[in-house]
Amino acid sequence: MSETVIEFKAVDKWFGKLHVLRAVDLAVSVGEVVVVCGPSGSGKSTLIRCVNGLEAIQGGELVVLGESITRPGVRMPALRTRVGMVFQSFNLFPHMTVLQNITLAPVRVKGLSAAEAEKTARALLERVRIPDKAAAYPANLSGGQQQRVAIARALAMQPRIMLFDEPTSALDPEMINEVLDVMTDLAKDGMTMMVVTHEMGFARRVAHRVVFMDGGSIVEEAAPEAFFAAAQSDRAREFLSKILTH
Amino acid sequence: MLDLAVIASNFRFLVLQGLFGVGAFGGGTLRLAIPAIVLGFLLGIGVGLARLARAPWIRLPASTYVEFFRGVPLVMVIFWIWFIIPQLLRLPIPEYGVALTAFVIFEAAYFGEIVRAGIQSVPRGQGEAAIAIGLTPAQAMRFIVLPQALRNMVPSLVTQMIVLFKDTSLASIIGYVDLTKAAQIVNNREIRPFELYLFIAVVYWICTYSMSRVARRFERRTAAA
Repeated sequence: MSETVIEFKAVDKWFGKLHVLRAVDLAVSVGEVVVVCGPSGSGKSTLIRCVNGLEAIQGGELVVLGESITRPGVRMPALRTRVGMVFQSFNLFPHMTVLQNITLAPVRVKGLSAAEAEKTARALLERVRIPDKAAAYPANLSGGQQQRVAIARALAMQPRIMLFDEPTSALDPEMINEVLDVMTDLAKDGMTMMVVTHEMGFARRVAHRVVFMDGGSIVEEAAPEAFFAAAQSDRAREFLSKILTH
Repeated sequence: MLDLAVIASNFRFLVLQGLFGVGAFGGGTLRLAIPAIVLGFLLGIGVGLARLARAPWIRLPASTYVEFFRGVPLVMVIFWIWFIIPQLLRLPIPEYGVALTAFVIFEAAYFGEIVRAGIQSVPRGQGEAAIAIGLTPAQAMRFIVLPQALRNMVPSLVTQMIVLFKDTSLASIIGYVDLTKAAQIVNNREIRPFELYLFIAVVYWICTYSMSRVARRFERRTAAA
């Protein structure tokens, strides 16, 4: 049995009166790629935003890399350096160059020297296949390039887990693959990943497990082959029929 | 007819004493306006941040502060500090101290609102992304949110700084010798109100116009980045 790095134990989350996560149980092992899908409003983004504490939970327990993040006094900034996150809207820092975006946290949080941080950053830009954009500002990059910089920025902290919140939803179709390719490489290198996405091709090829959510609960979880060939629940079948027809 | 000789013969007094505060009276519009702008803005950053705090015991006093000082006339604040504070403290406060204190306290309420709006203009995702890579909330504010907020604030900040600059003329009512008071002093002797007040209007205008030019250049430079 491999090490569990993320464990939701009966997690409940409310936004005011809205019950967005209902007694969610989920365990993710090291090196595992979990794709989370479901209709909008199903709680899938909220689910992964809980993992690095961008959303607080109101019930149950959430253990990340051996630390219960609901325990009072847990140092979230330190934990977040080990959990990278990529957002739908990239969220690059527009007043900084690509290089500065990537080196900021290694220098300010980890205390690396500027030279060390830059060396790592350039290697990461190589890895996400845009080594020539180090001096550019985000506004001068395409969406696909911006998202790859965002991935490099998260990787610069050498996280053990990567969270992806609809990383390709804001991209033009021709740019989706360049981002998915980088994510596929990352998965092959053994990164533990939780990915909220509607890219079912990616789920089929890369995921070890697909989690289907609806109404704040996990309705179904299965290996991708089983999930796509024969989803067990009506809600999952209905969801798949809607998104796989186009 | 305009008699500009009165300007020429009093030019040193009006500009050196009135504008720069160099001379027997102390005083000076710039010597009051520049520290008032700097200190008022710094206090305003504090007020603006406090208004956005989650803890009510930080947020509510800041909101009360803003609502209170935006609701009373500046002249009244100057009078309070001029008449009341020295009585309470049993300590004379010089005109400069009174004027500077009044402006900083009063303007911080306006700067605070500009800072608050500026910070709220930065998309939420920016702060979230900063926190997600391990920055503390304070670091996220300092390195990510504030720099972008400041850039968005520049037009309103400059407007407020110009307003403040011109409002320093109100310090003349407690006898502070700024540009306006200097013109009054000269006018009492020369009885040339038209020339004198036209002249200081031109001086005020040159100062404020330079401020907006500098601001425009700053905006253009940061927009290019």
